[in-house]
Amino acid sequence: MKLLEKVKTYNTQIGLTFIALLILVLFMVTAPGTFLRPRIYISFLSTTPFIGIAGLGLTLVLISGEIDLSFTAVMAFAGFVFATVMGFTGSIILGILAGLAAGSVVGMLNGMLVTLIGIPSIVVTLGMQFLIRGATNIIASGRATTLTEISGTPMYNILVGEIGGVIPAQSIWFLALAVLIWSLLFRHRFGDHILFSGDNPETAEMMGISVTKTKILVFTLFGMLAAFAGILDSFRLRTWWPTMGEGYLMTTMAAVFVGGTSMFGGEGTVYGTFLGAFLIGSLEAGIVAAGLSGFWTRFIYGILILIAVTVHTLLRRRS
Amino acid sequence: MKNIHKHFGGVIALRGVDFTVGDNEVIGLIGDNGAGKSTLQKVLSGLYPPTKGEIYIRGEKINPRDYSVKKAHELGIETVFQEKALGEKQALWRNVFLGRQPVGPLGFLDVDKAKSETDRIMKDFLGFTGAGISPESTVSTLSGGERQGIAIGRAMYFEADLIILDEPTNALSVKEIGKVLDFIREVKRRGKSCVYISHTIAHIYEVSDRFVILDKGKIVDRREKGDLTEQELIDELTHHAAKSEEGADV
Repeated sequence: MKLLEKVKTYNTQIGLTFIALLILVLFMVTAPGTFLRPRIYISFLSTTPFIGIAGLGLTLVLISGEIDLSFTAVMAFAGFVFATVMGFTGSIILGILAGLAAGSVVGMLNGMLVTLIGIPSIVVTLGMQFLIRGATNIIASGRATTLTEISGTPMYNILVGEIGGVIPAQSIWFLALAVLIWSLLFRHRFGDHILFSGDNPETAEMMGISVTKTKILVFTLFGMLAAFAGILDSFRLRTWWPTMGEGYLMTTMAAVFVGGTSMFGGEGTVYGTFLGAFLIGSLEAGIVAAGLSGFWTRFIYGILILIAVTVHTLLRRRS
Repeated sequence: MKNIHKHFGGVIALRGVDFTVGDNEVIGLIGDNGAGKSTLQKVLSGLYPPTKGEIYIRGEKINPRDYSVKKAHELGIETVFQEKALGEKQALWRNVFLGRQPVGPLGFLDVDKAKSETDRIMKDFLGFTGAGISPESTVSTLSGGERQGIAIGRAMYFEADLIILDEPTNALSVKEIGKVLDFIREVKRRGKSCVYISHTIAHIYEVSDRFVILDKGKIVDRREKGDLTEQELIDELTHHAAKSEEGADV
């Protein structure tokens, strides 16, 4: 009885784990030369955390009943602020702090426009995405900034170095942030506020919770997480590109939805986003290694997303 | 509450209502649609500040400007709104402790305590016996009556002295209504008070000690249960409703 209850509660997560294992086995069978060796997995650990960290923030925003499309521009903006402040001050720490602050401010602005003015979040953040990307390009005159001087610094090793010469540090950051966000969401008072704000804002208000404050905080937190992903990506590439993050919008959303977080607010899964990021992040390499042309990638993305979301919806309806 | 008025712009919803709830009594607040029941309920629960009037709680005068839902909770007054009481997709324990979670120093939840206390509320206060529901069940798996029960149980657990129920039996099956009426009796048995707002006379008559009849923003009658039968109460309400319709026609 107890076990059955648990299975019911976590059916989304269990379903997704099965899908992931199935895909992994499929890759191992079709491309054993690639998927039975560790190198490809190290490569996933190196490239997936960027959409993964953004995905964690997006999960929170979706659970609070909103959406945020501006985060890819925030990644680029924060990367630019980081590179510029570091260039001026010569301090990596100051650069990082300035980048994080810049992302948080954009997030807070999103949250305030959504809650205080009452504009739907999809519209606010779509506008913000253009505004921030545009502003960044104007200030940077569309030019990239090379950051080769950060190579080998202690901060470089902490953020994107290779632990034991093997494990990319960004994957540890992703894991640590996933644990932190999970604790915040499901084991902290603030998480309750997020869940109820997305589920039934009237109930939340009735029990003395400020939905406005909660949502502004969630948008701010996502701004900060997106900024962190942008800074991390700048470290990895040792260059800031004005186009940074442009390919991440659809893949991050795909990771979160494949993970099982609902579009309707009030429910979602951090574990699902974590696994979803790796699923989406590994698909392209897997498809190519399996001998299919790159043209297949999007087609298979589509199949995966539709199957995963169908399974999640059916499971949810049954429970 | 004394001489409570509530205006919404030019619309007058309450015109000089005096309303008292004693210790350990269940009051049935009755009236037709538009009589001002729901406005009075919202003033009582701290959702709307009255335009004019005085509020006393345990003999102490309350500044209406400071009176809010939160303040009402602190003073032991809880309202159960049928549709808005619970978050449907959340576990019962989260619902019971929403806004009043047991937390450690950093704001992290004491989940074990929340779950075990929820279990206690379900068994001791509500008499839920095992069968399929646990503190981890989501609200969406509960029946309408059980949902009311959780909201009433929550109010009892947090030592509410007065529980305000707004149409708690709406859209429920006969069996479920029986459950909700039992929950109200339980509130009374525990020495607490209840304001039961409805226009379903049969349910209200069964569990109330006193009736207050509201019409066009005014209290038109107060009756003890011993004074009249259920049919007499219905007749009286119909009489007021008819009279106010006549008034509207003129």
